[in-house]
Amino acid sequence: MSSPTSTPGGRKRDRNTNPSTPSSDGPTSPPSQRRRGQDSSTGDLMPMPTSPATDMLSPAAAQDTSLFSSPRPSVLPNEVDMSSPLMYGTPSSRVEGTPRSSVRGTPARQRADLGSVRKAPQVDLQSEPAGADGAVASESNAGQRLVIWGTDVNVGTCKEKFQRFLQRFIDPTSTEDENAGLDLNEPLYMQKLEEISVVGDPVLNVNCLHVQSFDAELYRQLICYPQEVIPTFDMAVNELFFERFPDSILEYQIQVRPYNALKTRNMRSLNPEDIDQLITISGMVIRTSQLIPEMQEAFFQCHVCAYSTRVEVDRGRIAEPAVCRHCNTTHSLALVHNRSAFSDKQMVKIQESPEDMPAGQTPHTTVVYAHNDLVDKVQPGDRVNITGTLSQHVPGVHPNRPPHIPTGIYRAVPMRVNPRQSNVKSVYKTHIDAIHFRKTDEKRLHGLDEDAEQKLFTEDRVQTLKELAAKPDVYERLSSALAPSIYEHEDIKKGILLQLFGGTRKDFSQTGRGHFRAEVNILLCGDPGTSKSQLLQYVYNLVPRGQYTSGKGSSAVGLTAYVMKDPETRQLVLQTGALVLSDNGICCIDEFDKMSDNTRSVLHEVMEQQTLSIAKAGIICQLNARTAVLAAANPVESQWNPKKTTIENIQLPHTLLSRFDLIFLMLDPQDEAYDRRLAHHLVSLYYQSEEQMEEEFLDMAVLRDYIAYARTYINPRLSEEASQALIEAYVDMRKIGSGRGMVSAYPRQLESLIRLAEAHAKVRFSEKVETIDVEEAKRLHREALKQSATDPRTGFVDISILTTGMSATARKRKEEVAQALKKLIQSKGKTPAMKYQQLLEDLRGQSETAITRELFDEALRALADEDYLTVTGKTVRLLA
Amino acid sequence: NNNGADSGWEAKAVEFFKDHLKEKEARTLVPSLNDVPLHYLKPNSLVKFRCLIQDMFDPEFYMGVYETVDPRLKAKVLRCGKYRDVTECGVDFNSRNTVTAERQTFYCVPVPGENTWVKDISSQARVVPSTSYAPSRQKRSYEEDDDMDDMDTQPQKQRETHGGSQTHSEQHHGNGDCKRQETEAPSNQTASASHLDLNFPLPGEKGPSCLVKVYQDWDGFKLNDVLEVFGILSVNHTTSYSSSSLLDPADSMETAEEQRVHCPPASLVPRLHMLYAKPLPHNNPLLPPTGLEDNSAFLSSTLSEMASVRAELLAYFTHVLLGDALAAEYLILHLISTVYARRDVLPLGKFTLNLSGCPTAASYTERLYQIIQQLVPSSFYLPMSLQNMNQMRLVPKKDYVANRLVSGALQLARNTSLFLDETQLEQGQLDTTGVRNVTALGNLISWQKVDYDFNYHQMEFPCNINVVIASEGRSLLPSDCQIRLQSQVAPAHMDEYLSAVHMHPQASSQLNKFRMYLSVARQLDYSISDEVTKSVEDDFVDMRKDDPQSVSAEDFHRLLVVARLLSLSLGQTSLSTDTWSRAKHLDMLRTSRMEQHKCVNGNEP
Repeated sequence: MSSPTSTPGGRKRDRNTNPSTPSSDGPTSPPSQRRRGQDSSTGDLMPMPTSPATDMLSPAAAQDTSLFSSPRPSVLPNEVDMSSPLMYGTPSSRVEGTPRSSVRGTPARQRADLGSVRKAPQVDLQSEPAGADGAVASESNAGQRLVIWGTDVNVGTCKEKFQRFLQRFIDPTSTEDENAGLDLNEPLYMQKLEEISVVGDPVLNVNCLHVQSFDAELYRQLICYPQEVIPTFDMAVNELFFERFPDSILEYQIQVRPYNALKTRNMRSLNPEDIDQLITISGMVIRTSQLIPEMQEAFFQCHVCAYSTRVEVDRGRIAEPAVCRHCNTTHSLALVHNRSAFSDKQMVKIQESPEDMPAGQTPHTTVVYAHNDLVDKVQPGDRVNITGTLSQHVPGVHPNRPPHIPTGIYRAVPMRVNPRQSNVKSVYKTHIDAIHFRKTDEKRLHGLDEDAEQKLFTEDRVQTLKELAAKPDVYERLSSALAPSIYEHEDIKKGILLQLFGGTRKDFSQTGRGHFRAEVNILLCGDPGTSKSQLLQYVYNLVPRGQYTSGKGSSAVGLTAYVMKDPETRQLVLQTGALVLSDNGICCIDEFDKMSDNTRSVLHEVMEQQTLSIAKAGIICQLNARTAVLAAANPVESQWNPKKTTIENIQLPHTLLSRFDLIFLMLDPQDEAYDRRLAHHLVSLYYQSEEQMEEEFLDMAVLRDYIAYARTYINPRLSEEASQALIEAYVDMRKIGSGRGMVSAYPRQLESLIRLAEAHAKVRFSEKVETIDVEEAKRLHREALKQSATDPRTGFVDISILTTGMSATARKRKEEVAQALKKLIQSKGKTPAMKYQQLLEDLRGQSETAITRELFDEALRALADEDYLTVTGKTVRLLA
Repeated sequence: NNNGADSGWEAKAVEFFKDHLKEKEARTLVPSLNDVPLHYLKPNSLVKFRCLIQDMFDPEFYMGVYETVDPRLKAKVLRCGKYRDVTECGVDFNSRNTVTAERQTFYCVPVPGENTWVKDISSQARVVPSTSYAPSRQKRSYEEDDDMDDMDTQPQKQRETHGGSQTHSEQHHGNGDCKRQETEAPSNQTASASHLDLNFPLPGEKGPSCLVKVYQDWDGFKLNDVLEVFGILSVNHTTSYSSSSLLDPADSMETAEEQRVHCPPASLVPRLHMLYAKPLPHNNPLLPPTGLEDNSAFLSSTLSEMASVRAELLAYFTHVLLGDALAAEYLILHLISTVYARRDVLPLGKFTLNLSGCPTAASYTERLYQIIQQLVPSSFYLPMSLQNMNQMRLVPKKDYVANRLVSGALQLARNTSLFLDETQLEQGQLDTTGVRNVTALGNLISWQKVDYDFNYHQMEFPCNINVVIASEGRSLLPSDCQIRLQSQVAPAHMDEYLSAVHMHPQASSQLNKFRMYLSVARQLDYSISDEVTKSVEDDFVDMRKDDPQSVSAEDFHRLLVVARLLSLSLGQTSLSTDTWSRAKHLDMLRTSRMEQHKCVNGNEP
């Protein structure tokens, strides 16, 4: 404090207001032992000697303030103590005055978030046991060791430290989006202050980790005594700010909002020790209340002489003045509501995020109060990190007492005990006063949110994972750890493993190509009862952001998003479906073939562009749906027909099929060795003990961590050799087909190969995609193609089955038949109409190969497309 | 009085209770909330409660230790706030000695679908006289009364020496008055019960639900666990929500709805402060309550009888199932099945039975259910009528306004028999709820899990429910095993036959034998020796060699389960080659019957 403009009289007077008021025997003025805030005023003014005795001995000073116990009268323009440093000295920050000329009367806004109810009735100091107070005083005299009562916080030192922090803290490695556009080599928070002076939004968010790295002691104090330290920070910031930007005008004084306290806690681990500490917890908002106006200051007017006075609300209670100070009429003062001061408050209920929950238990909920501008910052459904202080309330002692009186058990709130009340409920209510909200899914709508969901790994864990990654057979190990209860299908498991890792995200939006899909999509088809669903269930249980839907039960709306009108607020709300919910995860769709065409059509956009466009009820938006799709489909004829192509077997549009990187057939291989292994596997599955099983396979938790680590930290890039290998592979694939006059690979296949190779590199924790990755990608891709794109007629792999829905040979055959039919019709001469059946028989008689009705129909359709003929019912008419 | 200062005595006291409650006699001495009406129970006495954890509320902070001031004497006394809801008068909120502690609240309901015979038998076992009192007694006698019945149970006596009983008796002074109001107006109960939803999973359930306060290791409990809770009963009206004490709604932290749910009238939902809880592996009162391993004598005596009881039961079931012995075999296997392990997502040991070809006449399915009901400890009959499917709440759903888990019919304790009657299903339109319900049933059968609806997300809760589906054709729900009922009774005589089935008087001793048999068979351990493993594997390879289509992996899965259940049903704890071939034979009979039926009725897959 460089230039205290204090008048000791003002301080004293202010102190002494309460004892002289009639309210002193009212409920607001019981003796208190817990007035820490009070003492801080002395701390602030140090090295001024503090002695309660002197205060007591100045009754004269008490006369000039309101008789009616307004401890914070500074808002009244006629109050003399406008600039009393006491205002600052009260770390409960309930000060409204601007003590320094430089602050220029910028009003301080009440910090309801710090437990406004904790404010100090000024009387308390006097009623403090003389011993305790004296001790503090003498201590301060002895050597600047004055601290706020009940803490070890020295206001002066604390302020100095924080100012030093603001002026000097540099974080060159900062990656937070809040700091975008700031020069990382300059003091971070000074830039932010500059921003405040320009923008005029008087809120300074301070990352607690920064404080910690700068000054661990200060951080500890902040965590342990937030109610005292944060107002001190406020003070420090405002002094600094108005020193530096003396001309800026703010709506109110800057408030410091710390966030990211290291003790980021799971709601489940909150315990009584956390009361009154600064904590950061994460959770999901489940309910928000309406805005609650909370009276901060009551305005009274005398009926007789129109004299007005203000009374501050103290712990939810207003001490109504009994006597008008002006005309001395008793009981003449009436509350004027619309001249009283209110602040906003909102109750927010948050629930543990599902990830933090132990299995088999229900999620816990916690009540959070949002104050002032934090009101309406969050909506139900938001995932948030909340920084705030945990408070608890003494159970209903008095029925008329407002329920929200925070008290710490170690510093209980003074309270008059109703002598008639025999016993009380011994349960406390607890809530968190929010100081800062940070939405964890906020950025999901724009850009990547890697760091938001960054999982923290311990050193040990990372070490274990790296050791595992260094093993030469890590790929095989991981794939066999996947769904151990499902037997064999090694390649399918490998494919799914690569899907779990995913490719590298690439952004070409600069060059106009937009995002490249990094997710690998996989389709499993096969006979019913080949544990496809089980595999899907396993994947769904493994990944943190997995969704499981069944094609039968889901509508397009359930998959995508829909707009709903909130019945209460009449507000339109966007409800997201499975695909959006599994953004950055895997969406498992069972019974893919049972899905309606309409539903399936929404997948087109998702599976290639990875976005979802909504145009409904006036809401037009594009949501990210960067989800990998793992689908399972059953053949139409209940049993897989090996004589038919994949498309014919599952009857899915080829436009959709071509979007799957890998399509596997899950068929029952039939040979004795396999049967024996299968039998052994099944028997041991049923009769092995849990421990034996665990020995054999990797733990699911390890696998999960491994994947999470790789997804977060490993971003492989193509090496030179790998690119060459990919080019070669692609050229080779094209060559195979060109020999027979068909295209056997499209750019989409090349993209698939790249993704798979990248994923394989991720499995190895390698930052570089190398030739071995490409080799495996090629192998896997070929395996999948061999299974799904083999033309049953020729036995060759034909990619056009998947890309156009028809094999090249089939198409050739169709054309031949059409030509033959045309010839046949032409040979018949001028007959404008023919019988359908007749024509079919004629063609059959003429052709040397068997002509099915379908083939015939297709030929007719082809000719109709040429406008050569038209088919109406059972007759075929020639056109032109 | 050093109640709070030193917590050593407290641990000792709890330990003492645990030790004594392990003895069989002590357990039966404790009155049970399940069968003694609440107003006959003394508040602040030790009671037990057999229940299912229906919901878990948020943890609460309470005054673990606090200080009271006597205004006249100015004396300060430290008190312990554990195991009670309210504090003494004159709490000094400023005391530095106050210690905040944390406890958890579970909302517990009686085991859903518990059959009447279970209730009857367990209430016969109780000891009535010493622990209950007439509600009309004089206030003056309170003190003596107190001592008297506390002394009855030995633990209480001991507690005196631990210095804890002072807390106990003091407590009575505090809330004796309130208690009286509650107990003297038992007639209110029925009136108020109608408007208060006690959140029982199944419709038409009765019995007290209870708020159980847990003081330690609450992480060890899971939702839907069945427990026997021993604790101190507290019936104090100050803990109840009442509209008169309604605070300014804007200021209140909880909505009125939430208040009502979390603080229901203590006369309806008493509070139970848990001293000790024992997870129950079953709720069959005929069996020793602890695991079978501890009762080798009991086990060996029942094992020797098992084969003969099985034969009797088979005969009985054959009679009930219209003379179909094969179906009777499968019904036995089904009734002793249980999920004994899970391999990643796969539940092992489940054996859902689809009994197709049920006659629709003479409400056969309902009669069948009534017979099952007589034999299993808990069961539920769910007619799958269109209306039920579209309207019933099967899946529990979180109600965020009241902040509780609204129960659904699928929130059942382990090994509850769920009887789905598909013969009640008619043609018609399933709406959204209906589709969701059918999906939930499908998930239950395939994965033995229920996805509880938490509005913003779903949460998966594993379960262990024996599902049997009675249908005319093949059921629309999946099942592990479908058996077509082959009636030996001419349709003309059906009515007559069926009424005879129901009339068939089963001596209660006979019924008890069956009941015991089914519960014991389910609890048995099971193993398979290496040689048998080998031969089973060989068998599979051979079967596949002949005709690969005949036995799929799925069939093999089922065969292994059938073999397991068949062994257990015979009282054999390890598989013999004999039993294996018998299992194969059974399954072959069953499939051939299905084939046969398929030929008759080509449409059915």
